[in-house]
Amino acid sequence: MRTLRTAAAAALIVSLTACGGATSGAGEDEPSAGAKGTVNLAINPWVGYEANAAVIAYLLEKKMGYTVEKKELKEEIAWQGFETGEVDTIVENWGHPDLKKTYIEDKKVAVEVGPTGNQGVIGWYVPQWMVDKYPDITDWKNLNKYADLFKTSESKGKGQFLAGDPSFVTNDEALVTNLKLHYTVVYSGSEAAIIKAAQQAAAQTKPLLFYFYEPQWLFAKEKYVRVKLPEYKDGCDADPKKVACDYPDYVLDKIASKKFADGNSTAYQLVKNFKWTNDDQNLVSDYITNQGMSDEQAAEKWVNEHEATWKPWIPAGS
Amino acid sequence: MTATVPPPPVLQPGGRVLAAASDTVVPARRGRFRTRTVAAAMVVATVVAYLLFRTDGAADSSDAAAFRFFDSVRDWVDANRDTSPFFLYGLNYVRLGVRLLVDAVQAALTGLGFAGLVAAVAAIGTVLAGWRTGLLALGGFLAFGVLGLWEQSVDTLVLTVSAVLLSVLIGVPLGIFAARVRWVGATLRPVLDVMQIMPTFAYLAPMTLLFLIGEPAAVIATMIYAVPATIRITALGISEVSPTAVEAATALGSTRWQLLSKVRLPLARTTIALAVNQTIMLALSMVVITALIDAPGLGQNIVNALQRVNVGAAFDAGLAIVILAVVLDRITTNAARRTGVHRSRRQRQARWIFVGAGVVVVAAAALVSIDPENVPGYSFAAPVNDLVGWIELHWYDVTEGLKNGISAGVLDPLETVLVTTPWWLFVVAVAAFGTLISGWRAALIAALAAAGLAGLGLWQHSMQTLATVLVAIVLTMAIGVALGVFCARHDRLATGVRPLLDAAQTMPSFVYLLPAVALFGASRFTAIVAAVIFAVPPVVRLVERGLRDVPPTVVEAALSAGSTPRQLLWKVQLPMARGGLLLAANQGIVMVLAMVVVGGLVGAGALGYDVVAGFSQRELFGKGLAAGLAIVLLGILLDRLTQGFHTSKGPRR
Repeated sequence: MRTLRTAAAAALIVSLTACGGATSGAGEDEPSAGAKGTVNLAINPWVGYEANAAVIAYLLEKKMGYTVEKKELKEEIAWQGFETGEVDTIVENWGHPDLKKTYIEDKKVAVEVGPTGNQGVIGWYVPQWMVDKYPDITDWKNLNKYADLFKTSESKGKGQFLAGDPSFVTNDEALVTNLKLHYTVVYSGSEAAIIKAAQQAAAQTKPLLFYFYEPQWLFAKEKYVRVKLPEYKDGCDADPKKVACDYPDYVLDKIASKKFADGNSTAYQLVKNFKWTNDDQNLVSDYITNQGMSDEQAAEKWVNEHEATWKPWIPAGS
Repeated sequence: MTATVPPPPVLQPGGRVLAAASDTVVPARRGRFRTRTVAAAMVVATVVAYLLFRTDGAADSSDAAAFRFFDSVRDWVDANRDTSPFFLYGLNYVRLGVRLLVDAVQAALTGLGFAGLVAAVAAIGTVLAGWRTGLLALGGFLAFGVLGLWEQSVDTLVLTVSAVLLSVLIGVPLGIFAARVRWVGATLRPVLDVMQIMPTFAYLAPMTLLFLIGEPAAVIATMIYAVPATIRITALGISEVSPTAVEAATALGSTRWQLLSKVRLPLARTTIALAVNQTIMLALSMVVITALIDAPGLGQNIVNALQRVNVGAAFDAGLAIVILAVVLDRITTNAARRTGVHRSRRQRQARWIFVGAGVVVVAAAALVSIDPENVPGYSFAAPVNDLVGWIELHWYDVTEGLKNGISAGVLDPLETVLVTTPWWLFVVAVAAFGTLISGWRAALIAALAAAGLAGLGLWQHSMQTLATVLVAIVLTMAIGVALGVFCARHDRLATGVRPLLDAAQTMPSFVYLLPAVALFGASRFTAIVAAVIFAVPPVVRLVERGLRDVPPTVVEAALSAGSTPRQLLWKVQLPMARGGLLLAANQGIVMVLAMVVVGGLVGAGALGYDVVAGFSQRELFGKGLAAGLAIVLLGILLDRLTQGFHTSKGPRR
């Protein structure tokens, strides 16, 4: 495979010299069109995404005979991969209208492949015990009153708002500024770090105001309450610097590279047919995070127990 | 050829060539007194000026001119990547060429198969560096299979080898030029200086802009990081060739080409082998970081572990990296040592037989197909995670108290002072103190760098990063000097600690974040802890060497005059080892900066966070690139200010 590719690339170089110039994606693997080749699956850094990817990868490899190459990439970098051919598909995309415009409309290197069936919610949350003790904390107008509770070593004398990975979809800094809140946004760096902080906050009754989202397995174990921000209206988040409203609800969807979609392989069709519920995803995420299973074991367990769900995804004749 | 082989040059851990061993120059008494008065006056003036002019430390705008400029560059590149001749006939071919190289190396290494590659590395080790090294290589590569990380380790090896090949191909000829042609050397020096100060992290965004993501961009970034060492050490080797040998060859009528190929290169062989060794070590540490721009290999495991705060998983991958580093290091250093040894004809013949036998064994092994997944496996993940869990549970108050204490007691006040200093006052202070410490030339460069920070529109973040760096370097020096003094006094301890220091220095900076995160959560203090762990080993080393270099006659004289051990240390050894201490400070500060910036991944904020956010959020791209530039400027500033410590006190070579 590799030697073949080298030879092909060498041939490519020769032909390109003849007709003038190399394009940016020259020499990369062509996606598996028709034949059962390799599928390059981007892995974005949160466990819900990992759950989608685990099940899709398991079905592709074990039920359909493909090879799956998983790539740990942040959201925007994964989109760049459509251009180079490093990435064939993203299997849980949160909105990203700007990226859709760049890569789908302008560059025409990617296409939408329809919803995953998961409903996405992003919001600001506090642990349940805080709502019991300070009932009016769930209104953003009262957040300044409680800012002192959230002080930490990192919050520069204001309250701390704990955010996640810098690559996640966020308007938090703009919200803090535009709603005139006495808070500092501190980035924990990963989903795992927010979850850990959230668990500690619930277990040790420590104050915490944090960025969180559904689908999320943790909601099945602990109660957290969403803080009401000014209501979302269409277009209120158009300018990322002037956002002063809550996050919209997201219909999570799948994206594929143009080449992968045009090839219309059975692998592409599986990705296209893939559709499940938040409960399904939370179940697999729980297996991965709390039951010490690897992605593959978790997917295997889910696949064995939910044949009715995934059977229709497998395209005919594969 | 029996001419004397030059001793290997003194290297700084980052592959920077040391100017010369410390010259102990005793400054004139009166000059020193005057300097002190001036310094005191300047401190007072700075404090007064600060109190008069301090600002309220306004936050950085998110829309500075520099950010918009970089955004527009990005938009242009995006729009013209497949149309502009600059890309069509230039950069895209570079990318394609590197892609071919990586594919070829990959094909060669994976083609051998598990058994074949293990045998090949063991054979290369045996032939080049002796049977002990061969055995080490064999054990090391088998360990990748045992850890269940075979494929990832090979991927990392492929990228490292590709980057090293490129570095040698470009670096050795450039090094020869730099040594032989004066103006080439003079032009290269400042460029290499900047390249070596530049923290690894700042490379990534520009690389993805020009070469997109994937292996080619990773290899090119790695090459840029490693090649300065190749150039510098090669140049050093060539210029150290003994002039008598050259003159003798000239007298015998050698042409210039013959001089180079028959005299200079063979005589500089040992040093060039050392250059390759340093290049490999640097490349290996960079390759891991390029996982952030989609390079395969062990780096992916570490990124993954970082995202899941899984210290155990990172421990396995980190161990594999250390093993790979140790194997490659042993093979190349021992091979370099051997190039200096003169061999008889018999020995040479024996060597060829060895090589032949090696080829046969490797060929035979390549035919055996063993699936590395069938090798009995062992993972340290579970025990390490248990340990971390235990520490988290039982030491929570201690770690939390330490973090809050240092953050509130030292870091915050310092940050406030720096942030509220008006930028022009900072520039003036840098220029004034710089002139005093390092001479006006270095001070001018440092002041320009400081002004540049303000110009980029990232003043507040730069000062926050600076505050974190300063706290970390103070801790690093305190711990490093204490350990260094200890090691210099107790030989047995020193021998015990040395392998630990070796291992610590081959570990890529990235790996240190994990234990720090597990213990201290996401905070600036986490970055400080990681930076201290990262920078202490070289400091210990330099301090120990500085102390041991104090002439024994001086020590004896002090002892016979009745000094107590404490007096000996404080009044004789430390003052005389001043050169080594200051060098350690300079070296440490550059490393600390690199690590504090990587700390942006785990909540350390400021410039490091801007860089991370820049390559993960489209609308922040310009800011991220500007932050990368600001880090470089900060690095130049700190390096110039502290480099003056040791170069201004002695003649520069």
